[in-house]
Amino acid sequence: MTLRSTAIPLNIENVDTDQIIPARFLKATDKKGFGDNVFRDWRYNKDGKENSEFILNKPEYSGSILVAGNNFGCGSSREHAAWAIVGYGFKVVVSSFFADIFKGNALNNGLLPVQVSERFLSDLMQRIASNPQTVLEVDLQKQTISVVNSDLSEHFEIDAYKKTCMINGYDDIDYLINNKELIEAFEAQKIY
Amino acid sequence: MSKRTLFDKVWDSHVVSTIENGPQILYIDKHLIHEVTSPQAFNELEDRGIPIFRPDQIVATADHNTPTLNQDQPVKDALSRKQLEQLSENCQKNNITLFELGHEYNGIVHVMAPELGVTQPGITMVCGDSHTSTHGAFGAIAFGIGTSQVAQVFASQCLLLTKPKSLRVNVNGKLQKGVLPKDVILYIISKLGTNSGTGYFCEYAGNVFEDMSMEGRMTVCNMSIEMGARGGMIAPDETTFEYVKGREFAPKGEAFEEKVAYWKTLPTDEGAVFDKEYHFNAEDIEPMVTYGTNPGMGIKISETIPVEDNPSFKKSLAYMNFEAGESLINKPINFVFIGSCTNSRIEDFRVAADFIKGKKKADNVTAWLVPGSKQVEAQIIEEGLKTVFDEAGFELRQPGCSACLAMNDDKIPQGEYCVSTSNRNFEGRQGQGSRTILASPLVAAATAVEGKIIDITKHLN
Repeated sequence: MTLRSTAIPLNIENVDTDQIIPARFLKATDKKGFGDNVFRDWRYNKDGKENSEFILNKPEYSGSILVAGNNFGCGSSREHAAWAIVGYGFKVVVSSFFADIFKGNALNNGLLPVQVSERFLSDLMQRIASNPQTVLEVDLQKQTISVVNSDLSEHFEIDAYKKTCMINGYDDIDYLINNKELIEAFEAQKIY
Repeated sequence: MSKRTLFDKVWDSHVVSTIENGPQILYIDKHLIHEVTSPQAFNELEDRGIPIFRPDQIVATADHNTPTLNQDQPVKDALSRKQLEQLSENCQKNNITLFELGHEYNGIVHVMAPELGVTQPGITMVCGDSHTSTHGAFGAIAFGIGTSQVAQVFASQCLLLTKPKSLRVNVNGKLQKGVLPKDVILYIISKLGTNSGTGYFCEYAGNVFEDMSMEGRMTVCNMSIEMGARGGMIAPDETTFEYVKGREFAPKGEAFEEKVAYWKTLPTDEGAVFDKEYHFNAEDIEPMVTYGTNPGMGIKISETIPVEDNPSFKKSLAYMNFEAGESLINKPINFVFIGSCTNSRIEDFRVAADFIKGKKKADNVTAWLVPGSKQVEAQIIEEGLKTVFDEAGFELRQPGCSACLAMNDDKIPQGEYCVSTSNRNFEGRQGQGSRTILASPLVAAATAVEGKIIDITKHLN
């Protein structure tokens, strides 16, 4: 599984899930439509007009990879944040650090969180800033992220089980239900 | 046998099995749900034709999206109403206990469950809400999960997880007058930062936590997620047992005594080793306030905002309209919020009432007091605190998450500062363009009386 795409650099640290999708948009009872409001209060001014300064609104930047600052996805457990990022069209988020719950939510929605070193992230941000046409390649099988036609490349970690799930498109529910007998046996002999 | 931590003991006793080179299947004893993060999980199971595995281990409440005025009337906002109706339908269809709006047990999920005795030492608890860490105050493993995981627990009463690393934060010594549990946790986060706990489960140890009430311990554990830790825990002791005893869902009589005997085996063994450990002196802690847009950006109320040359730091100060190097003392404040799963328990309102008694709210301030549950609300009235609040010009509202996340109508206006006892000062958290200053109920009450931030330490005998 390989993705080649240009990327959008969101050079801000500690992006919390309230910024990714503000609470007032959490009233829906399905998973659709959150992409329209991703980064809502950064994308739009108070008067509803697009904020031309915000990176997602700059026409030179596009692509299905979001490159973000350290500690991405901190705060609320709302999975709506992952739905919003996927809904907007991103398939990969790159950062030097992800908050736990967001990382899990991303993986459960086919959004690949790629954790890279601070150094790599900073190089990546600079390259994309100086050339928005920079193409990245993310290879899930080999667990590598690289800038195409350059020597900039890094290995990333992913839980082996989660990797298999992503590649084969099955989820934890399938696995857990197949282990129901084990779970019932555990319930019968609870020791606490 | 090797020395084990409180966390090890509870975790290990809940492992159903381990996938080779992969996560473990962890059994979940109690699953709390609310209206915002559960509907998509119910839909998922229904679409896949999977039944709810253990409905009797689920407890539901409506809290995030509920009004705090006129709760006896139909909810005005159509989307909110639909979300609440969907929760009621889903619970009814699946035989899940629900304390809906108006029920005598209704309240914020992390206030309701402990006060009903649903929360107990040694158990595993989850909820689609990051502040589930609150319940760790009882020596439970409790953490927030996403909606996909809510569906997993619905389907199997289990989760697939990799065991987190262990972290211990020790605070010993004597707390100064006016320093509350909220100040202790804001101080810890200001020292460790917002991601120091990521990948870890945190245990709080030391005489400061041992001496705290359960309410105080809940305030501390509640904010563990604000330093990135999935959960926080405090060893169960007599204070814990005394709190749990006699509550609605707590074991009774002999069953309770048996549980207590087991709970006493849970504290961390002497000599157990943690992956990371920190020590702080209680004497160094003062009443705290935050000045930025994450909970790690906190200072002692008497200090000045630090000076840092970092774009994210500068962006944050620009949002707050504060200058590096300035003090927050005497900053005029027009909004005060006392509430949220961090500080909406009876003790928090007692502290506020104690300060407010005989004083008046400043004219420029709108002050909202939002109890964490119907039971807390009833107790506020019973103890005569409501009279104190009414006489001072504070508004006591009905229970719910309210202005902590501003999903309902309780929003702080654009550009306004709010001194808030909640847990997050993110941009726009309390309403678009609002500016949040996190503080204890005491600092919040004092701000409401003075109409500006004051150095509370100079006003205490």
